[in-house]
Amino acid sequence: MQGINDDSTSVSSAGGRRPTAARATRGLGVTFRSAKPVVWLLCLAPLAWLMYRAVFGGLSPNPIDDITDETGQWALRLLLVSLAVTPVRRITGWNGVIAWRRLLGLFAFFYVCLHLATYVVLDQFFDPNAILADIAKRRFITVGFAGFVILLTLAITSTAGWIGRLGRQWRRLHRLVYVAAVCGVVHLLWIVKGDDLREPAAYGSVLAVLLAIRAYYGFR
Amino acid sequence: MLIRTTAIIPTREITDERLYLDRRAFLRASVGVAAGGMAGALLSAEAAAAQTVLPGIKKSQLSTTGEKLNSFEDISSYNNYYEFGTDKSDPKANSGKFKPLPWTVKIDGEVGKPGDYAFDDLLKRFPLEERVYRLRCVEAWSMVIPWVGFPLADLLKVVEPTSKARFVEFTTVQRPSEMPGLRYPALDWPYREGLRLDEAQHPLTLMAVGLYGKTLPNQNGAPLRLVVPWKYGFKSIKSIVRIRLATGQPQTSWNVSAPQEYGFYSNVNPQVDHPRWSQSRERRIGEFLRRETLMLNGYAEQVGGLYTGMDLKKNF
Repeated sequence: MQGINDDSTSVSSAGGRRPTAARATRGLGVTFRSAKPVVWLLCLAPLAWLMYRAVFGGLSPNPIDDITDETGQWALRLLLVSLAVTPVRRITGWNGVIAWRRLLGLFAFFYVCLHLATYVVLDQFFDPNAILADIAKRRFITVGFAGFVILLTLAITSTAGWIGRLGRQWRRLHRLVYVAAVCGVVHLLWIVKGDDLREPAAYGSVLAVLLAIRAYYGFR
Repeated sequence: MLIRTTAIIPTREITDERLYLDRRAFLRASVGVAAGGMAGALLSAEAAAAQTVLPGIKKSQLSTTGEKLNSFEDISSYNNYYEFGTDKSDPKANSGKFKPLPWTVKIDGEVGKPGDYAFDDLLKRFPLEERVYRLRCVEAWSMVIPWVGFPLADLLKVVEPTSKARFVEFTTVQRPSEMPGLRYPALDWPYREGLRLDEAQHPLTLMAVGLYGKTLPNQNGAPLRLVVPWKYGFKSIKSIVRIRLATGQPQTSWNVSAPQEYGFYSNVNPQVDHPRWSQSRERRIGEFLRRETLMLNGYAEQVGGLYTGMDLKKNF
């Protein structure tokens, strides 16, 4: 948890925006430790609901498509939630929220893995030629795969050991999460059929707002 | 003697025609509810759109054999019909308000006998046959469907295309009050499709009015739709209100939306990929492993002759 300490110190030293010690650990009266099981349950609920429908009926006659779609959507949603952590802290002064960032980011990566596994195992059934051709030829898959590689790197380097090893480079590396989020939205945009841009537009606007808040406070 | 100079009924008391028509629709619906109510059942959207049995259906020699049929449930719950929404589950969920009857099809353009043709008359005029066809969606999934209908060629014969007719343009009904998907411009409404005249006259080209022996569910294109089994599914336009015989190649909605992805022909072809995904394999609904996509969806023997000498990569 070195990264988290590092982050909150830098904020207090930079401007001291409402950095009370109590708030840093007890925002809105909730501590990270006590609420952790709740966040786990919330993050796993979409998967549980999907599995329930897969087993007991409730998915469409093309369930592989449903699983691909839902795991992808939840990956993007959780990624945006994890990206909202810092803006929430900046705006509310609730420093304790930063403790959630790593967990939320890792859950986003978890759904990305499920999404990719659905494609590799259920959709293509390990057909290496088809998969490699897709990654090279289909731009929506290329950009989605790029997002996956970024998130994989960030997930591996999310441990305390890597945070210490990378030092100041760690924050620069982890800014790539924005690139991954853009990859996710573009991935969705490029699979849209017809002129129905509502879904990518919704995700894109949330991402744009988060980026704007980030830009307003300066990328640190 | 008293001479009235003012209208007996003030204008403000005369009901607007649209309201009047809505009220009639309401009354009709109420009668339905009352009838249903006697059985103690609430008339759900699904019940209102219940299918009726089509009489006198003959099995066709042109049916595809040796394929397992998809269930009625599969066929009627997994649909692309953007006028009711862009999710596959939307057409079934959102088409309960759609009223397919009464229905007329306007047939005009390069024909000797243009006019408004009543759907009921078409049903009486043409013998119905069951045709089992593979349906291959451009999204790389497929089904096997027992359609009921009559050859489009028979209808075209009746309206007498002129010697100048080269193409056929089809238009889907556009009713915003019954089709909530029309609120959003997901495509260039109304939905339009087209065929070359010889494709339209081919014996495999079907005007479908039912499936599994009953009238079409709304989400499958009630009451009257096209089925062209060797082309991607979107060519098989639903709920047709107009058929126009034309001298030039008509515009088609998907081609207008993405010309580089959806050509006029859109024949099923495993060798020509969609720019964003491979068309070499498909998932048959109900199966796990993908299967090889067949040239012209397996109908190359019957329809291959339509495309002799044509570059199918260029004319995708």
